[in-house]
Parts: sequence; structure tokens; C-alpha cells
Amino acid sequence: MTTQAPSPDFVQKLAEIRAQFPVLEREVHGKPLIYLDNAATTQKPLPVIQALDEYYRRYNANVHRGVHTLSEEATAAYENARLRIARFVNAPSPKQVIFTRNATESINLVAHTWGRANLGPGDEVLITEMEHHSNIVPWQILQEQLGFTLRHIPLTSQGTLDLSQLDGLVNQRTKLVSFVHVSNVLGTVNPVARLVEAARSVGAKVLIDAAQSVPHMPVDVQALGADFVVFSGHKMAGPTGIGVLYGRRELLEEMPPFLGGGDMIREVKLSGSRWNALPYKFEAGTPSIAQGIGLGAAVDYLNQVGVDWIWEHERTLVRYAYEQMSQVEGLRILGPGPEERGGLIAFTLEGVHPHDLAAILDMDGIAIRAGHHCAQPLHDRYGMVASARASFYLYNTLEEVDKLVAGLEKAVDVFAL
Amino acid sequence: MDQLYREAIIDHYKHPRHKGHLPDPDIHYHDTNPFCGDEVTIELKVEDGVVVDAAFDGRGCAISQASASMMMEEIIGMPVEELRQWTKEDILDMLGIEIGPVRLKCALLPLKALKAGLWGLEEWPE
Repeated sequence: MTTQAPSPDFVQKLAEIRAQFPVLEREVHGKPLIYLDNAATTQKPLPVIQALDEYYRRYNANVHRGVHTLSEEATAAYENARLRIARFVNAPSPKQVIFTRNATESINLVAHTWGRANLGPGDEVLITEMEHHSNIVPWQILQEQLGFTLRHIPLTSQGTLDLSQLDGLVNQRTKLVSFVHVSNVLGTVNPVARLVEAARSVGAKVLIDAAQSVPHMPVDVQALGADFVVFSGHKMAGPTGIGVLYGRRELLEEMPPFLGGGDMIREVKLSGSRWNALPYKFEAGTPSIAQGIGLGAAVDYLNQVGVDWIWEHERTLVRYAYEQMSQVEGLRILGPGPEERGGLIAFTLEGVHPHDLAAILDMDGIAIRAGHHCAQPLHDRYGMVASARASFYLYNTLEEVDKLVAGLEKAVDVFAL
Repeated sequence: MDQLYREAIIDHYKHPRHKGHLPDPDIHYHDTNPFCGDEVTIELKVEDGVVVDAAFDGRGCAISQASASMMMEEIIGMPVEELRQWTKEDILDMLGIEIGPVRLKCALLPLKALKAGLWGLEEWPE
């Protein structure tokens, strides 16, 4: 590939970024770690690790309860984190940022609260054939209980949504259109505006699974025009155990609570209870305090690097990887071309099962994902059981792509007996 | 990697022995590994308590399929009672490689199917 020599500024910036991620210093099987499993979870930078450490060392206390100093400090740090996370995705208010465990729990929250209150026989929920199991199974479970119909937008052979039948799929019975912003397998960036417009035209609500977009590209939840947007902290340099549900205020106000317990109530009497205000109505029990504070540190860090920069850097990586990987004999890339995808590439290599491939690459210190990536219907659609996936983040380099490609060639040789 | 993917493993994967189906098997058992999507079906012909013929069918990674192929060669001629006592160690000796906990499930899938069949477990309906 005719890549231009990177500018000294760029080289310097990438080196500074990598220095913030301690895990990148380690070796695996005697080789420097090349971490290309970022769609599964990302590595954590020092500011996030330090934020967790500081909370536990200096002001570990429960939030929203105590009058003592530590509890006030913990509450302030936790709520300030919510505020910065709200700004990060341009939510109109931190009250509309509900903390959950992850994107999966956020979708389940919507299903159990909004879904139970609004879905019944004769109604339809529309998803797509490229959804992660987290945006399929909650609706299937609910469908059995409430008797609505679950439909899906099919895929084209190129790995994009087939919108030719959209007018019929979105109809007067449609109550919710729930779809992934960027596919965790195909990499496809879906046409949000088109889908939102179709949903709006029939008065349906919209949920966007932004687990693979918020970490990688500037996302403005108001500009997306969705009613609900969900994402996970651990896929954006934050800790595990913290995720977000953004919702339109009037919907969140109307929705019944999710889990019952402490913190989500205003008044409890044995004869009945009243619910707390947003966002606490949906946050029963002691929350993931350290993790919320850690996610706040993560968005500060991503802002400091620049989410635009991250997106552009991933564009460079994915274009280069697409071109280089296409030249490996027997390698088939799933999904659209590099210009229509986010920073990940799922693929198969003829004659080498994805698990064997991942094991061979691991011997060279290269971490990729192998399996169905929690998207079995998508794999069924293309007649596959599993695929391998390399997914990038801000700290990956073109040299790492070269090593990945060399590892793929080696796998071809091992299996060429 | 030379350890995990030694030549014999690749050879059995690419040229599986006793792959297919028996005309009239006495024992038939199908099992899957949902983590990988590996599948193995084992068929046995048993006479006087001895396995006289065996075949497997399946798809999946090199470890699971080579394990099944090697196992077919081993078990033909062996008494059922002895095979019922087979353990993980017998399979690892047969494969001759070291396997981490995640891939162990692949290596042991054929054994799981074999023992389930030999002990007369009913197949889990698909």
C-alpha cells in the first residue's frame, strides 16, 4: 500500500497514547501484545485506572445517602461523571443518562419497562438481521409474554441492510424500531436518518444500539433523533460494570421503574411506594460507583485525545487492513468496503477454522476474536458457523496490521500440509 | 503453536479417518460445543462387547475434528467396558499436545459423545 509516511506529530501523538495504556507493555508468548479485540472490550488508560484506585483509596463511600464527607465526595464524583458522560453524547440533561451495567442491561431495561407498558398483541417490534443477541433475545423473551410480533430487516449479500421492503416492514402496527448503529461483525454503519424517518412516519419509537459507535466516532444523541440510545463503558476505555441508557425525557418520565429497591424510591410505605425522580427511578440499589467515576475519567480521556482524531485514525487502520487482508489467499471479508464500515473487520480464512486461527495468532501475541460474536442469525444468513474478527482502537498501529497479516499468512502455511 | 498444531493434528483434520456413517450402527450419538459451534456425531458397531467398527461425522476446528478422527482409529477393536472408563488423560495422550482450558472443550467433544453413546444416554433433541 502506498501509505504516506506519517507526520512526526502523528507519530508523537500515537506514542503518547500508547504510553497511557500499561497493558500494551506486556508480552504474550514472548511477543509484544497486539490487541485487536477492541469490539469485545477495550484496554484501559492510566487516568481510568487511577480514578478507580483513588476512589477506593481516598473516598470509598456509598452515594446519595450519607451526610459524612466521604459520601459527599463520592456522590459529587459519581454525579459529575454522569454530567460529563451526558455532555460526551450531547444529552440535553444528565437526568436522561441512566446508569446500567452495560448496553445489554440498557436494552433489557427498555424492554421490561417501556415494552411492558406499550406492547401487546397486534403490535410489531422491528429489529435487523445484523443485531447482537442483546437486541434480539430481550424482545423474544418479551414477545412470549406479551404476544406482539418481532420482525426484522433482512441483509443484502454485501452486508448492508436491505431497505427495499422497508415501507412494508415499518407500518401502522410498528411500535418500536430497534437497531444497531455500527455492526459488531460486519462493521456496517447503518443509515440512522433513514430508519428514524421511517419509524417517525408511523409514530414508532426508536432504540439505537450504539455500543460500537459511541467509543469510536462523535455521537450526538439529539442529532440521531432516537428515543433511546444504549452503550457500554468497557468498550470505550472505561471499566466493566457500567453502561448507559439515554432516553427522551418524557418517555423516561412515563415509564414504570425497572428494578425495585433502595435509591429508586421517593417514599415507601407498606401500603405502597412512590418513585424517585430521573435518573434514580431506574437505578435501584447501590450502583457501580467506582465504575461510574471511571467512565467519567474515560470520556475525559477520549475528549482529550479527540473523538474525531480516533475516528480518523481508525479509518486509516481499517482502509489499510482491508487492502492488506484482501491479498491473503482464501481470505474472505464479511460486510461492506472500507468506506462504509467502522474500525473492524470480520473474516474467514479458507481451510482454517476461526478458533484455530485465533490460537495460531495468539502464539504471536496477537489477540483477535473468533466465534459468532453474539450474532448467530447474521452468521446463519451467510451460511457460516463462525468467523474471526480484528477490531481496532485508538492505540493500534499500521505496524500491528502488518503483523496481523503476517500471522494470517503463517496460519495458511501451517494448514497447507 | 508447533505444539498445538503438530503435523498429525493437521493431517487428521485435513484427511479425517473413518469419517462418514455406518450402515447399521448399534450406537449413535450427536453432540455440539456451543462456544465454537463444533459438532460431532459418533457411530459404533458393537459385537460381543467389542467395538468392531466406528465412524464419525462433524464439523469444527482442527482440534475437535482431529480428536474425533484419531479416536476412531484408537477405539476399533477395543472393549466397550474399557472405553467407558476413558478419561480426559487418554484423549490428551492420544493428541499428544498441551491444551488450555478454553480449547479443552474442543478436544474433549468426541470423548463426550463417545461416552454418552456407550453409557446409553438419550440424545438431546435438537
